[in-house]
Amino acid sequence: MGALETVTVAMVAGALRVSTPFLFVSLGECLTERSGRINLGNEGVLVLGAMVAYATSYHTGNPWLGVVAGAIAGALLGAVHGGVCSLARVNDVAMGIAIMLAGTGIAFFFGKPYVQPVAPQLPRLPLGFWASAPPVKSALSVSPLFFIGLAAAFAMHWFFRATRMGLRVRIVGDSADAARALGLSIDRIRLFATAAGSALAGIGGAFLSLSYPGSWNEGLSSGQGLMAVALVVFARWNPLNCVIAALIFGAAGALGPSLQTVGVTKGYYLFYAAPYVVTLVILAATVRPGRALRGMPGELSIGR
Amino acid sequence: MSALAVEAVAISKRFGAFTALADVSMKVAPASVHALLGENGAGKSTLVKCLLGYYRADEGSFLIDGREEIIGRPADADRLGLGMVYQHFTLVPAMTVAENLVMSRAAVPAVIDWGRELAALEAFMARMPFRVKLTAEVGTLAAGERQKTEILKQLYLQRRFLVLDEPTSVLTPQEADEMLSLVQGLAHGGSISVLIITHKLKEVARFADDVTVLRRGRFAGRGATARLGAAELTAMMIGEPQVPASLQRRGAPMAAERLRVRALRTAGDAGRPGLAIDTLSVFPREIVGIAGVSGNGQKDLAEVLGGQRIAESGEVIVAGETYTATRAEAQARGVRVLPEEPLRNGCVPRMSVSDNLNLRSFDRDAAGAPRLWLDGAAMAERARRMIAGYGVRAPSREVPIGVLSGGNVQRCVLARELDGEVQLLIVANPCFGLDVKAVAEVRARIMAARNGGAAVLLISEDLDEILELADRIVVMHDGRIVHQTPAAGADAQTIGAHMLGSH
Repeated sequence: MGALETVTVAMVAGALRVSTPFLFVSLGECLTERSGRINLGNEGVLVLGAMVAYATSYHTGNPWLGVVAGAIAGALLGAVHGGVCSLARVNDVAMGIAIMLAGTGIAFFFGKPYVQPVAPQLPRLPLGFWASAPPVKSALSVSPLFFIGLAAAFAMHWFFRATRMGLRVRIVGDSADAARALGLSIDRIRLFATAAGSALAGIGGAFLSLSYPGSWNEGLSSGQGLMAVALVVFARWNPLNCVIAALIFGAAGALGPSLQTVGVTKGYYLFYAAPYVVTLVILAATVRPGRALRGMPGELSIGR
Repeated sequence: MSALAVEAVAISKRFGAFTALADVSMKVAPASVHALLGENGAGKSTLVKCLLGYYRADEGSFLIDGREEIIGRPADADRLGLGMVYQHFTLVPAMTVAENLVMSRAAVPAVIDWGRELAALEAFMARMPFRVKLTAEVGTLAAGERQKTEILKQLYLQRRFLVLDEPTSVLTPQEADEMLSLVQGLAHGGSISVLIITHKLKEVARFADDVTVLRRGRFAGRGATARLGAAELTAMMIGEPQVPASLQRRGAPMAAERLRVRALRTAGDAGRPGLAIDTLSVFPREIVGIAGVSGNGQKDLAEVLGGQRIAESGEVIVAGETYTATRAEAQARGVRVLPEEPLRNGCVPRMSVSDNLNLRSFDRDAAGAPRLWLDGAAMAERARRMIAGYGVRAPSREVPIGVLSGGNVQRCVLARELDGEVQLLIVANPCFGLDVKAVAEVRARIMAARNGGAAVLLISEDLDEILELADRIVVMHDGRIVHQTPAAGADAQTIGAHMLGSH
């Protein structure tokens, strides 16, 4: 295989693998932001979800129970965020940073004993069974969580379009005045959206510790939770676009490691920064001064 | 489904020591259009909010079809079939008309079968005297269409008594006429009774059967509109039979162009087109009125001229030189701005009245040179002079300007902006939300500035205001100038057609 092919295969593999946590966190952030609230705490939720999932998998021997536990931990932390933000004069951006620090702090504190032990990992689907080249085979061994994430994106799209709850989330996120006139409980709906969104972010964390990279340590997350906020802007608050955005970010994240495999020895670590550069470029390209973003929920605090 | 008779009997409502309504009665006959007339702050909204369950009246009662009903919360009003179309629309801009209608129902199924709902909505629309595209996103509709959607929503909810709160304030004359005739048709057809909250006498005379007038929270008169003249209604509204003095226009525009806008373009917001003005001029001793339906670029223009928005391309020329709205340029060339929502756009709400009155000049001494230390005595003196000269009613010079009433904030900003030599005055919706007296005063000041030699660009959503003040009228639609005409002999209907972009 030529170098170009190798890099391409590695980037496809990366797109499928690295994108999964991006997908879950951005879907979660999308749900929360569509209700008119921003959650910067998803970085903390991600790390806490990773730790809880890893510990649960280790103790029960069942990695799927770990995923569920990660989601529950995420929902609880999200509910704290949602609950505190519904109090008067609480700023959701500041509170989100507090949740981020609290989540990572709690995870590191309780996660210390799980750094050494090895927990059972999630299975992978061998979609590359037809290929003979081992890199292609390994590139196409995809976690079922990726497909669950895809299904979640389509489900969320349907949820926003055709369910009572989904439309209520949109009303609350777009016009608090209209929501009040309809007699909707704004705080309760936002609390639900924040908790459910954080549950998705918790699943993203479970993927980190139980699939790829597949271990628990303090350097596990590389800011996916924060970059999800940029991803949602790029995706124009549309769950289906979140899939595309996550794949692009995943591919960018795989650029550095794949260059390393073809023997680029100098400067490849610069390409590790690719996802962050992509984040900056996308934000700069999509956010223009003096112009409101299309698709942005009207009640979002950063937009008013 | 038939129209309701609604009667308010001796309603009183107090907020703390302030009496908002004192012993007010009103009787709306079934299948009629009733106008509730009064100035801002006369208690019209309070009365209606009591009726719809948003407030609880302290005394008095409401009779619906002759039966006394206790309306403690909005849900009670819903149940009785009482509905309201608010001045600030309550539709969700990012959702379609169909989504808004379905979600407004009391009972919405957990999963919405859009095929069936759309079929039912189409059938409903077919029965209505006017329709709106169901798949259109509300945010993309013109104000008139949005208002129609609001009314359709109330009919969809099977309301039998409908309150319209200042329904025509955001509409063109054509849209207003059309909408009010439709509503009148619905009422006279027997399906609803309508209460219109307004301060526009013309609408009362043309569309209402009966009228109730409020003044400062008290009942001030009632009667059949056929038997009441404009003078009588005005007297009831403001308590004295005074007609605002007509404005004196002195002298003709001068020849040397003071403001010239050339090839100005701005980026649009949220799907709306930005500005695309090829050329626009204003001459000294001239008022150019910019007419247009809200959201057609007038706000962008005011913001560019006032330095609040950056143009993508094009040029603004004041007195022959490029103008970029810096503080130094504004001071040197006498450019003053009276922005809309002056408390937000022209004041620092938490700073004192005195400080706000000095915002234009605190950093210059009498000779116009920059100064490092503030001259407290001179600032206080200037504030005192302005407060006296413009009749600002404030508890003291030192209270935050944010506590003053809208009229007094507007007086303060006027006093500051018209102080000294004014070469060019940019004015946006100067009378929005002011009472009759304040409106007359503000318009007289603007006219005086014009007579004194200033070039005035008046941006207003109130076409009557433009017709009264302007020497020349310019109509904007979709960010472009689509029509220009001298104000003398201008026809409101023609201008309205251009405002709609349908000419």
